Amino acid sequence: MDHDHVISTRELSRAAIERVLDRAAEIAADPGAVADRHADRVLGLCFFEPSTRTRMSFEAAIKRLGGDAIDMGGVDSSSVTKGESLADTVRVLSGYADALVLRHPSEGAARMASEFVSVPLINAGDGAGQHPSQTLLDLYSMREFAGGLDGLTVGIMGDLKYGRTVHSLAAALTEFDARQHFVSPESLRLPRGVRYDLHESGARVREHESLEGVLGELDVLYVTRIQRERFPDENEYRKVAGEYRIDAATLEDARAECVVLHPLPRVDEIAPDVDDTPHAAYFEQAHNGVPVRMALLDLLFDGANGGNGEQSPIGSAGGGRDR
Amino acid sequence: MTDAADVDHELRVSKIRNGTVIDHVAGGGALTVLAILGIDGSTGAVVSVGMNVPSDRLGRKDVVKVEDRELSQEEVDVISLIAPAATINIVREYDVVEKHRVERPGTVEGVLSCPNHSCITAAAEPVTSRFAVLDDGVRCVYCETIVREDLAAYIDV
Repeated sequence: MDHDHVISTRELSRAAIERVLDRAAEIAADPGAVADRHADRVLGLCFFEPSTRTRMSFEAAIKRLGGDAIDMGGVDSSSVTKGESLADTVRVLSGYADALVLRHPSEGAARMASEFVSVPLINAGDGAGQHPSQTLLDLYSMREFAGGLDGLTVGIMGDLKYGRTVHSLAAALTEFDARQHFVSPESLRLPRGVRYDLHESGARVREHESLEGVLGELDVLYVTRIQRERFPDENEYRKVAGEYRIDAATLEDARAECVVLHPLPRVDEIAPDVDDTPHAAYFEQAHNGVPVRMALLDLLFDGANGGNGEQSPIGSAGGGRDR
Repeated sequence: MTDAADVDHELRVSKIRNGTVIDHVAGGGALTVLAILGIDGSTGAVVSVGMNVPSDRLGRKDVVKVEDRELSQEEVDVISLIAPAATINIVREYDVVEKHRVERPGTVEGVLSCPNHSCITAAAEPVTSRFAVLDDGVRCVYCETIVREDLAAYIDV
């Protein structure tokens, strides 16, 4: 049993990331060439939390590769309501599918689940932990819209503490020669673990409480949602959320080439009038989820087939834990 | 090298017949070592503690002697996290039969619980906690939370 899991971007090398992005570009350029490539494959979707884009783009991805998806359905309709553990659930489902996609509210859920499965497992969000496939499409979009990843100055704004897309993106950007500016209220600064990795990697990072002053330097502004439930009361939330909202007028101070990205869904942190500016790229970014996830699945399945037999093409090599 | 202070120390704390002597704990660390070992005075264990004893190597050191108990590797691993210079002496019939410095392990398994309540190891799952040992703390292998301060509060042995 020799295969890959994709759990955390901390484990993705620059070469592995570029392999996925290059493959995604090939697929986007000629999707017909892979239409039957994985006709015999079944992808298991296990979402213990709501999802629209991630779930549907994985489903679209496997179908556009000629395969099919099986979906656990909502937690309410699954055996989880009977008290089954996550470990048992994924162990059983890994016998039904050739790869699993897991979203779960607990941090570390995907890491643990990967120890119980016999097929590649992709972390599609573990609480406030990681969301690596989102990062791959974020990087793909940056490369597409900002012209490359080395030399970029990226501003990441919003809920940096609980935002799993932020944690994944920050770690992945350390593999490139990118400068990172983090903009958030004091209470939502990056968690210690992410900060530690940035420091260890020698990444060039700065933290700010306001977008003002740094906006003019950015090639990319990555906006994330500040969630209501992170604040003890409504007034505090409104006050903070209002300070980290951008509109077309805000972006008048941005460089003409500055690209605005957002993992979506947005609520009101990006005003609708930004949609009509040349900065807005978040809808195209979301569309990139399909070719990027097709590329990820394609490489994982190739790895599961034996690949080159030595090096895993992406992610963390697995095969179950010694126990 | 003769450690005159150690000789002096022997006068302060008597030899034990059987058990473990944890020596060269940084000054002030003895209470944490006791916490790691679950010794709070209520267990009946016979324990001698020397605190802030002069030491050539550490300046000031603490010594803990626990009678009739030989520490497990897991316990030694956790002690190494808060007392990286410690030596562990296993005593039988007044003789030191084993003496070794603690070695910081790459990971510790099953001895610390993750302080992150949203960590999967806090859920009802068949998983044992596992932490990677960093230079100045530990990191949960599952949720990636880093713990630096107050490690003793998360000990699970």
